[in-house]
Formats: sequence, structure tokens, C-alpha cells
Amino acid sequence: MSLFLWVIFPYLCLAVFVVGHAWRYRYDAFGWTTRSSQLYEDRLLRLGSPLFHFGMLGVVGGHVIGLLIPRSWTDAVGIDEHRYHLGAVIGGLIAGVMALVGLAILVYRRRTVGPVFSATTAMDKVMYLVLTVVITLGMWNTIAGSTLNLGGEYDYREGVSVWYRSFLAFQPDASLMTQAPIGFKLHALAAFALFALWPFTRLVHVFSAPVGYLTRPYIVYRSRDVRPLGTSAARRGWERVGS
Amino acid sequence: MAQLAMVMNLDKCIGCHTCSVTCKQAWTNRAGTEYVWFNNVETRPGLGYPRTYENQQEWQGGWIRKANGRLALRSGGRFKKLLTIFSNPKLPSIQDYYEPWTYDYETLTNSPATDTFPVARPKSLLTGKDMNVEWSANWDDNLGGSREHAARDVLLAGIEDRVRMEFEKTFMFYLPRICEHCLNPSCAASCPSGAIYKRSEDGIVLVDQDRCRGWRMCVSGCPYKKIYFNHKTGKAEKCTFCYPRVEVGLPTVCSETCVGRLRYIGLVLYDADRVLEAATVAEDSDLYEAQRSVFLDPEDPAVQAAAEAAGIPGDWIEAARRSPVYALINRYRVALPLHPEYRTLPMVWYIPPLSPVVDIMRETGHDAEDRGNLFAAIDALRIPVEYLAKLFTAGDVAPVENVLRKLAAMRSYMRDLNLGREGDASIPASVGMSEQDLYEMFRLLALAKYDERYVIPTAHAEQAHALEELATDCPVSSYGGGQTGTLGEGSGKPLPVAVENFRMLQERQTSDQPVEGGRVTGRVNLLSWDGRSAPDGLFPPGAPPRVPRRDGDGPQAARDGREGS
Repeated sequence: MSLFLWVIFPYLCLAVFVVGHAWRYRYDAFGWTTRSSQLYEDRLLRLGSPLFHFGMLGVVGGHVIGLLIPRSWTDAVGIDEHRYHLGAVIGGLIAGVMALVGLAILVYRRRTVGPVFSATTAMDKVMYLVLTVVITLGMWNTIAGSTLNLGGEYDYREGVSVWYRSFLAFQPDASLMTQAPIGFKLHALAAFALFALWPFTRLVHVFSAPVGYLTRPYIVYRSRDVRPLGTSAARRGWERVGS
Repeated sequence: MAQLAMVMNLDKCIGCHTCSVTCKQAWTNRAGTEYVWFNNVETRPGLGYPRTYENQQEWQGGWIRKANGRLALRSGGRFKKLLTIFSNPKLPSIQDYYEPWTYDYETLTNSPATDTFPVARPKSLLTGKDMNVEWSANWDDNLGGSREHAARDVLLAGIEDRVRMEFEKTFMFYLPRICEHCLNPSCAASCPSGAIYKRSEDGIVLVDQDRCRGWRMCVSGCPYKKIYFNHKTGKAEKCTFCYPRVEVGLPTVCSETCVGRLRYIGLVLYDADRVLEAATVAEDSDLYEAQRSVFLDPEDPAVQAAAEAAGIPGDWIEAARRSPVYALINRYRVALPLHPEYRTLPMVWYIPPLSPVVDIMRETGHDAEDRGNLFAAIDALRIPVEYLAKLFTAGDVAPVENVLRKLAAMRSYMRDLNLGREGDASIPASVGMSEQDLYEMFRLLALAKYDERYVIPTAHAEQAHALEELATDCPVSSYGGGQTGTLGEGSGKPLPVAVENFRMLQERQTSDQPVEGGRVTGRVNLLSWDGRSAPDGLFPPGAPPRVPRRDGDGPQAARDGREGS
């Protein structure tokens, strides 16, 4: 069972995540968008969307630090356990609350504002559900596990993080996860389910974060000849010279 | 570089909206684009579409010249754009356009016998619920509700107390607007994804639908608000200058169908290296002259040689020499840019209307063809002239007066010729033109035939079989078809524009059976509804299915029988 939960299922989700994105980008470049609903409603979005997105950026940053950076590195630069813990909990709480409050506002908006509700797809609903579960479990781990110490003290940097790095290195050690508290287990499983859903939802817009805008020239010129004329592929025998 | 540009002669616009309607039929008759008018016609004074779009204090569109003499986007630079990307602070809401609607027509046919007539109630196309229709793309047409609406015209700020808003006493003209296809487009500069580009061959500004990610910054960036957000596909859309048509030498749909024949399309050669310099001149009122100086004289052999060296084909240079647009802008200098103060260097220019002046002269019993009368009236009627100056020259009345005087001079000079009298050479001289020039200008404005109004060089013949509008390439086999649903409406490979708009419509309008079994995913736009079936979403749930059954019963059989007899 633990082999399935902590080795097979995560790799399956990872495979769906990677292949799914490649497929979506090839097949559905046109559908690759934020699917913004700002045109319908502005007031709630102006509050909820930045809260959620900036909160999520903090959450992702926290996970990168917590999961990918081994304890030996932070020890080496002189951050002791107490200071690390303090930083992680405070940063995690702020980012998590921002994301959760933002998400609550956005879901409330989606349900109550007529046009936004009618523009919500089934995939959106599934995505919102899984996203809420993942974030709530994550918050629970931060509060219950790290602050209140319910169910005994658990140092995820010796357990979950090590497993995650072994997972990314393709030498997964499932035993590390079996010892983790149930909150962490559920959080990890839900997160992998979210990764598997990712390529089929509007979440793909994360990967088009337009950082290139900072360096490109303002006005883009493009020649008509760069792409094949028309959107259909050239027929056999009609290929353009030099293609 | 070469740019396809347009000039509209506002004196001839009768405000019939044919351009808007045919454009909508061709380009924006799809779900998600109900409120999108690539071409719209505004009554001025009036609010425009979307409402008060010209108020850049509020909407922050276009460019400004900063104190250090550099050009910057009014809504802020790259960092600010990325920081506000999660919620665009300056996006017009659907209420600033209007909430699209349809009517519940079925009650008209299904209603039981009652004492009162059944009413088809308006249904919102966003929510499907009953709604009050309170605004549209031309709600203040012909100064309708002018005391309430036109008085809030942004350009009347400062002169509102002097403008009489009584219907009979105010001046009025129509302003058809399409995308300006600017030389310095602020929409393209605002796009975080770099999806909006200017075609280097003909200067048409387009949105790459595969690269647009729906960040919506272009909508705020365009001061003319001519980029629209398709709320079904989540992508920005804009006027395409009918590129599939102009590539094969046809004028745009709006020009082709213009009843007043007031539109001119032609090439303008320009110096791309001087665009930024022209957009950065210190005074707003100098922008008109600055932009004119960017255009190159196609008769100049040095220009021709440079164009050839830059890879512009010979037939394009020849087309630039015959361009009616260049003639109206630089030879006769009667065309003016729309809102040059936005510093985008727009490329759809306008000949300001003399008609408000002529109308007032005629109504007050004066000879409206007499040069002296007209010149005096142009001087005396400050309000219309100031208003036109705010529209076309950033408030500088001198160029507007010059244009109106030329039009007045043409009017009175041509009256003499038409009455068989000798032309009065002092009339053209008084506006600094020769008799020959004035007559040729008259010819171009009044008599020019189709091929003189639209001088459009085709894209090159060796590429022609693949151009969209010709569609001699494989017609429909390799198009994936717009798979819809799971990943959101419109996902899947897009159809070529010409096929989607022409073949699909044709198929729906001519086929004997409901296309695709009568099912159309998403909402229904009645402009494209063929009336043969009741697509999903046309009527509220619970109504009996209207798709005819095939078992020989029902209305289908009845119709077949009738057709057979």
C-alpha cells in the first residue's frame, strides 16, 4: 500500500503533469489562458485575486525552501532550528491566510455573481475543490503540527522533505512518508492529485507568467512569412520553398 | 516600411451603421463577442463606445511624454504592469460597454390565447436571466437623450456652458471608428505576453490568439478602447483590418459596404526609425505635423530606392504612388488623425465635416455655397471648430480651420463649374491651392470610383494559394474542429478565420438539416442564428424540444410536404 501511495501514485501524477502540459500546449495553445472573469465583476476580484495570488507566491516560495533545501545547508549558514521554525511558521501563516482568505473571496464571488457563475466550467469546480483541500490541509499542518504540536512533534525536514527530494531524484524512500502524521500524508496526496489535474485546468496559466515582458522591446514586429500562411498545414507537394 | 491606412470623409457619413453591422456579421457574431464592435459609429457630441473612453485621466490609455522627454505608457511601466497583473486596475467592466442580451422569442409563438399580446422579454446573455436593457453600443445615437448623455462628452469639458444641448440648436456629426493600427501601438506595448504584433509588411496590428494569455493589459493600454476581451475564450480580440481580404486586394468589409462611399484605403510609406521621435515631440499640438513628417513621399526617387532596398515589392511602391490616403493626408492636407495627443500615431485619419457649418448657414438663410459666407462662418462658429480641434489636432484650431476652408473653397469653386461658369482662380488661391489641385481633390472626394478609393496591393502571388480568403488550399479536412467543453469554450485548434466566418455561416444558412443536429454549444447570437433549430440556451429549460423529429411526424414533415407540392 505504501508503495502505491508514496511511489507509484506520485510518479503517475508527475507523468500526467509533464505529458499533460506538453499535450495541452501542442493541442490547445488557443485554450491556454487565464480565463479571466474581470469583465463581469471587478470589486470582489480586486480584493480577492491579489490576496490569493500573492499569498500563493509566498506559499510556493515557502515550499521551495522547506522541501528542497536540506537542513545541513541552513545549518551551514548559521540558521538554528528555532529561528528557522519561527520564520517558517510566521511566513507560512501569513502567506497561507492570504491565500485562504483570497480563495474564499474568489469562491464566494464565483458562486454569487451571476455571470461569473455561468462562466464556470466543471473543470473549474473540481479544481477549486482540490485546491481548497490542499491549502486547508497545508494550513492545518502549519497550525496543528508546528504550532500546537497536536499528535506529537514532527519535524518535516527530517521526514517529508527528505522523501520529496528522494522522489525527485528517482530513488524514492516510501518508509519516510509512512512515519509522517496523517495531516502531512493527506496534504501530499491531495497536492499530487492537484498536479495531475493541473494541465487540464486554467492553472496552466502559471507557466505563462510573462517575465519576458521585462526585457522585450515594447513594440513587436512580425513578418507575415514567419508562420505558414493559413492555419492548415501545407498539402503534400505544396510545401513552401525552403521549409 | 509600408502601412495600409484608411481615411474617412466625415461629411459623407449618414450614420447608417451599415459598416458596423456587416463587420459584426463577418467577425464578431460569436458567443463571447456579443458586445464587441470592431467598427462602431458614434454620434458626436456624445459619449462614444465604451462610455467616455476618451477620458484618459480615468482610463489611463496611450502614452505620455515624461518630464525627462521620454515616452512612457500612461498606465505605468513594465514592473507596475506585472505587479497589477492579478487584477487590472483600469479595465472597463461589461457595464461600461453594455450587458449583451437576446429576446425570449418562444413566448410569442407558444403563448396561449390571452387578452394581451405576449411579450418577448429581454434575457441577459451573461446570466440567462431577465434584464432591463439600459445601454448599448449606440444608445445616444442621433443625440438621443443628449441633454443627459451628450453633455457628459469628455471633449466638451471647458466649453459645456457654451454648447446648446437643445436638440435643434446643437451641431452633430457621425464618427465611425475602427482600430487605428497605430505606428506606435500602446496595446502592443502593454501586452505582457508579446502576443500583439504589428505586421512588418502592411502594418496591420494583430493579436496572436495562440500566444494571448488573457492578461487584459491591452484593453487598458489602448486609448481608443478598440481591443476587446472575448469573455468566452478568455482572449483579446481586435479589428484585423480584414487582413484575409486585403491580402487578396479586397477592401475591408466596412469599406466595401459603406453606403456613403466615404472610406479610402491605401498604402503609406513611412520611416520606421523616426516613429519614436515623432511620438515624443514636446507639444501635443505638434503631433499632427510630426506624424505627417514621418510619411515619405512615394514620388521621391530616393524614397523609392530605399523602399526597394528594404524589400518592398515594386507593385507595392506603385500602389503607394497611387494611394488616395497619402494624397488626402500629405498632398491636399485635408485628413487629420484622431486624437494625436495619445501619441500612438494612429493610421485611420478623418476629413473633418464641414456640414455643421453649412447646415447653420443654410438654416439662417445664407448662401451656403458662397466662399465669403463659409469662411466667415468658420471663423464665427467657434464651438464646432474647437470641438473638432479637440478631436483631431489636440486642440489646435488652425489645422482644422485650414481643412474646413479648403472644403469650403472646393464647394464654392465647384459650384461655378457646375453652373457652367468660368472657375474663379482666386478661390483656390485663397486656400493656397492651384485650380488643378482643387479639382483633383474634388474628383477624389466626390467622384472617385472603387479602384481609386481602394488601392490595395495584393500579397504576393507565389503565396496566394494559402491565403485565407482564397481558401483554394485544402478546405476543411485538416482543421481539428473547435472541440469544446472540457477545457473551456473554444479550446482546441482554432479554425482559419475565413472558413469560420464564411463557410460555417454559409453551411448553416443553406443546409436543409440543422447543422450538427441543431446543437450549438454555448450561448446563441441571433445575428448568426439560421432560424432552423433551437440551439441550447436559446430558451430557458423546461420548454419542449423544438428540434423536429424524423419519424415523419411534426413540422419537419409538414414542411417537406409543402416543399414537395
